[in-house]
Amino acid sequence: MTALPAPAPRDPALDGIIKLAVMAVGGQGGGVLTGWIEAVARAGGHAVQATSVAGVSQRTGATIYYIEMAPDSGRPPVFALMPAAGDVDILIAAEMMEAGRAIMRGFVTPDRTTLIASTHRALAVSEKIVPGDGIADAAEVQAAAGVAARRLVMFDMERVAADAGSVISAALLGALAGSDALAFPRAAYEDAIRAGGKGVAGSLAAFARAFEMAAQGPAPAAPAAPPPAATAAPAGPRGAPGLLRAWERLAAEAAALPAPVAEMAARGLAKVVDFQDLAYGREYLDRLHAVVARDGDAQGWELSREAAKYIANAMAYDDVIRVADLKTRPGRMARIAAEMGLAEGQVLQVTEYMHPRAEEIVGLLPARTGAFLARRPRAMRLIGRLFGRGRRLRSDGAMAFGLLWLLGGLRGWRRRTLRHRHEQEHLDRWLHGALAELPGDYALAVEVLRNRRLIKGYSDTHARGLSKFDRVTAGIALVRGRPDAADWARRLREAALKDEAGAALDGALATVRSFAAPPAGGPG
Amino acid sequence: MAERSFIDEVAQLRLGEGQTFTGEGILAITKALLENGVGYVGGYQGAPISHLMDVLADAEELMAELGIRFEANASEAAAAAMLAASVHYPIRGAITFKGAVGVNVASDALANLASSGVRGGALVIVGEDYGEGSSIMQERSHPFAMKSQFWLMDPRPNLPSIVKAVGDGFELSEASNTPVMLMVRIRSCHVTGRFATRVNRRPPLTVREALANPQRDFARVVLPPMSYVHEQEKVKHRWPAAERFIAARGLNERFGPAAGRVGIVLQGGMYNGVVRALQRLGLADLHGGTAVPLYVLNVTYPLLASEFLAWAEGKKAVLVVEEGQPEFIEQQLAAFLYRADAQVRLHGKGVFPMAGEYTGQVMFDAVTAFLRQAAPELLPAAARAPNTPGPAIPDLSRTVPVRPPGFCTGCPERPIFAAMKLVENDLGRHQISADIGCHLFGALPPFEIGGQTMGYGLGPASNAAFDGGGARRAVSFIGDGGFWHNGLTSSVGNMVFNKADTLTIVVDNHYSAATGGQDILSSRAASATKSTRHPIAKAVKGIGVSWVRQVDRTYDVARLRDTIREALTTPRKGPKVIVASSECMLNRERREKPLRLKAIAEGRRIEAPRFGVDEDVCTGDHACMRLSGCPSLGLKRLDDPLRDDPVAHVDRSCVGCGNCGEIAEAAVLCPSFYEARVVHNPGGWERRLAGWRARVRGWLASRRARRRLDFGATA
Repeated sequence: MTALPAPAPRDPALDGIIKLAVMAVGGQGGGVLTGWIEAVARAGGHAVQATSVAGVSQRTGATIYYIEMAPDSGRPPVFALMPAAGDVDILIAAEMMEAGRAIMRGFVTPDRTTLIASTHRALAVSEKIVPGDGIADAAEVQAAAGVAARRLVMFDMERVAADAGSVISAALLGALAGSDALAFPRAAYEDAIRAGGKGVAGSLAAFARAFEMAAQGPAPAAPAAPPPAATAAPAGPRGAPGLLRAWERLAAEAAALPAPVAEMAARGLAKVVDFQDLAYGREYLDRLHAVVARDGDAQGWELSREAAKYIANAMAYDDVIRVADLKTRPGRMARIAAEMGLAEGQVLQVTEYMHPRAEEIVGLLPARTGAFLARRPRAMRLIGRLFGRGRRLRSDGAMAFGLLWLLGGLRGWRRRTLRHRHEQEHLDRWLHGALAELPGDYALAVEVLRNRRLIKGYSDTHARGLSKFDRVTAGIALVRGRPDAADWARRLREAALKDEAGAALDGALATVRSFAAPPAGGPG
Repeated sequence: MAERSFIDEVAQLRLGEGQTFTGEGILAITKALLENGVGYVGGYQGAPISHLMDVLADAEELMAELGIRFEANASEAAAAAMLAASVHYPIRGAITFKGAVGVNVASDALANLASSGVRGGALVIVGEDYGEGSSIMQERSHPFAMKSQFWLMDPRPNLPSIVKAVGDGFELSEASNTPVMLMVRIRSCHVTGRFATRVNRRPPLTVREALANPQRDFARVVLPPMSYVHEQEKVKHRWPAAERFIAARGLNERFGPAAGRVGIVLQGGMYNGVVRALQRLGLADLHGGTAVPLYVLNVTYPLLASEFLAWAEGKKAVLVVEEGQPEFIEQQLAAFLYRADAQVRLHGKGVFPMAGEYTGQVMFDAVTAFLRQAAPELLPAAARAPNTPGPAIPDLSRTVPVRPPGFCTGCPERPIFAAMKLVENDLGRHQISADIGCHLFGALPPFEIGGQTMGYGLGPASNAAFDGGGARRAVSFIGDGGFWHNGLTSSVGNMVFNKADTLTIVVDNHYSAATGGQDILSSRAASATKSTRHPIAKAVKGIGVSWVRQVDRTYDVARLRDTIREALTTPRKGPKVIVASSECMLNRERREKPLRLKAIAEGRRIEAPRFGVDEDVCTGDHACMRLSGCPSLGLKRLDDPLRDDPVAHVDRSCVGCGNCGEIAEAAVLCPSFYEARVVHNPGGWERRLAGWRARVRGWLASRRARRRLDFGATA
């Protein structure tokens, strides 16, 4: 039997290996960034090895690039071809959820990893297709990064790049250089960019800005997505003195509401007045007062606050008149021009994609005439054939703009339309339904108000929303009277917002039916 | 035109004796082919060796100078068949394709080639696509080498080793009259590094010269009785010759101390991973000097019993590092030990997982587990004792969304699937089969169209059981790449001959797009070296389909929807084919963007379209997302407490393909999308007209604004 070799002392040169992984979304230029880093390290007297997984995975999917380097001693080192959990020194994440993925995979550890991550989001398809709000919580990733990383360099590198007219790879390189995680001089990075030869000026500008931001050290950790609440109430409107005086009276009335309600009421009031007119604002406040009168301080005016929000949304429904009005507002072209980065001497052409259906046309007619036609399928088909087809309107042109402008001017006519009657009826049913819960179950009344969120979109989407609203309403009838009725109402609504077809809602309804008896009639 | 150009890098292929090459693995392989006097090369693109085909295509001029013939073969089978030139002629040939799928497609030709045997060195460079980033079923190329008996090389993943393997492979092939498969893994193909070059060699006999003196040897024809002779030849002559060559040339490597109670046998491709695990355990130094004996199999088939047994002698336990399953090497080594009556404990699968990639963590855990069992005294104290737990890192698995690959921004295939989804909304769900290619992303959300993929060009064939028809016609998708690969015969020919009452939609994006945008027969661009512009519709008609519809702008969702609907509802029986054509946006942008920028700089009139969303019109229902999934179409949270859900938002990466507007129209979605066209360098008249229009709009808008309250941008 041969003698046992004693455990050899660990090779101190191993500590010289720097392991760097780049996690990106396909198309972000991870390959270019890898090439730059490799060039910098080689110029800095290091032996370097880079690998990647190219191919189909680059098509907008999550991708990973991996680099190892060590001071060049003349003898080739043996480098690994992929990162290992707990064994990464620098992790560059080109997007917030990719940073999250890196943390999940164990590539970011408190003992060694410098995490350089851009806080911007490139949404995954699964986040976008949810009918409600499916956006993943970046704050959770941010919190995890704070625990997992030894050092954190985090800011919106996509914005830095865009502001410099460049792409994110240059900003990521700047953040890496500025973080000083690698001991190479700034000039070496800039030389690598210059040697690349493409979009050099923009890349250098993005590099420089990101370098400074990273070098400044840990920025005050701003929450990744500030909650959209608690913003200042909008400034008052502008307009003719007579209109303004009438507005001030309404606004004062809204401001006089209990404090938790007042701010939402101010916004709601502005929304419905903008949608129609001051008289419509009066109706809004009347509806709201009716709710406030039955509410109290005991529950913090939650019911009234939700009513202020959802009554406004219900009153400012989406019809042809509103769309045409919004598309012919004075500031719109300037806003589009700014968004498109229109420069002096350039011309902007804007095409609108409109598709009115027979329902929209008939909805514009006087309520009785409209209802008469809506009951006749043959008439509806004829109207559909005559008017209901895709129309592309060049709204920068005088004719198309004029047409939209005329449609937008039908606001005065709106109250007589079939659509308006439908909307008013639905609104009243919904609001009464909510208030009917009040004597027995305050929390349930609040949830019924919130169900208004389910109704949105146009045509088929709108119809699906209405159907979900009805199914949730029917589901609520099953749980009414139970102590957890409000909780179930919330769960049903959240399920309805999860997928288009309503599969999650069907599941939730099946659960409700499994334990709830058939409805025992309306509330007392 | 391929997605990535290697024109700059190809200059390095001209390096001479003793110079230093710096770059990627695939380029190094190309250089090695030139240094070894290859006479002809070919192959079929597919990750991870797509770039090898692109490099070869870009190096065509250099190869022509050396008298080397390059073919971009029609399929892997065609590539393998080309190696027939090495059967009778002493010419070295090399082909390349993606592992697993490539050997499947090429197996007919490979089996015949292996039966005939070769005179000139024949090298099959296989890009083994396994593990993370792989886009195919997880299988190994290894058993193909075993069943047809060609030799399998798996060199250590660094440039000098890979380059050396190319030369060794040719010589091994010639010494044993057997084709050799050289396996390079996905990361080895793209690994960067350096090696010392040698001068390029012209083949001693070029294919052009060979035609002057045709040769024929009946003994090499695969027909009885010669095929019986071939089988005997394989085991009696070629195999022993290979073993002698491998042993004499020391193709397999040994590292670490000669003595030692334990050792590790590994595939060459696993070397860096094993050394990293040993480095982390303090058992290897930076340069791979190791305290644990390693036996590195740069040739994984055939295995050499005597060489292995000599190395294993005196060892108590041996670990086999073999990625993938079944574990052919481990079984063979176990048989060697058993037959030799050796008392060596064999570890392998068990400490390693049977299936899945040997990642850094898997490798570290398995090597540690092996040493803990077999030689705990080697382990540092830290590895012997359980780790002290670090701070708990929050679990993000429910937060971070999956991000599979999908259609690119502006992809012309997106509207095809949007149209199909609209038809299904109308007519109900259909039996739909998919094929291989970018269009397979249609199986993912938001479209979720297509249930099975049976292989490249086999989409329509995989619906053959439903050819007889039923309540609803079966639908299949096939790409232009798959169509020319073998779809025309195996799929469309099959439909015609069997009188299929089904619909096939050919997704024609003018390239073999998923593999990197290589040209194919129906590519629209002219090519100096290839014959392009052969319309798919013409081929389909030629093979006997009479119901053919060509749609030349896939972004016309309404037209596509109506065409698909017609195909599915027409009373006419028989095969129906819709060719939906629009150029791959990735390739188009790559070509046109520089031209566009140049034209703008030169003062020419250019229209640049992009889409936008009126935030106050968008209701946040996300119906458009469910018909798009475009990376440039995202969501935006509004700073408005009245709004619950984020609204649609088009970012600056939009290329203005038109899909958003088309689906809004075809599916009757909301009117919040608009197309904004910035006209660069407009003419004087156009500027004056725009000014006049702006005045009309301004007059109308302000006229109304005077009679109402203005709440600013957001109301």
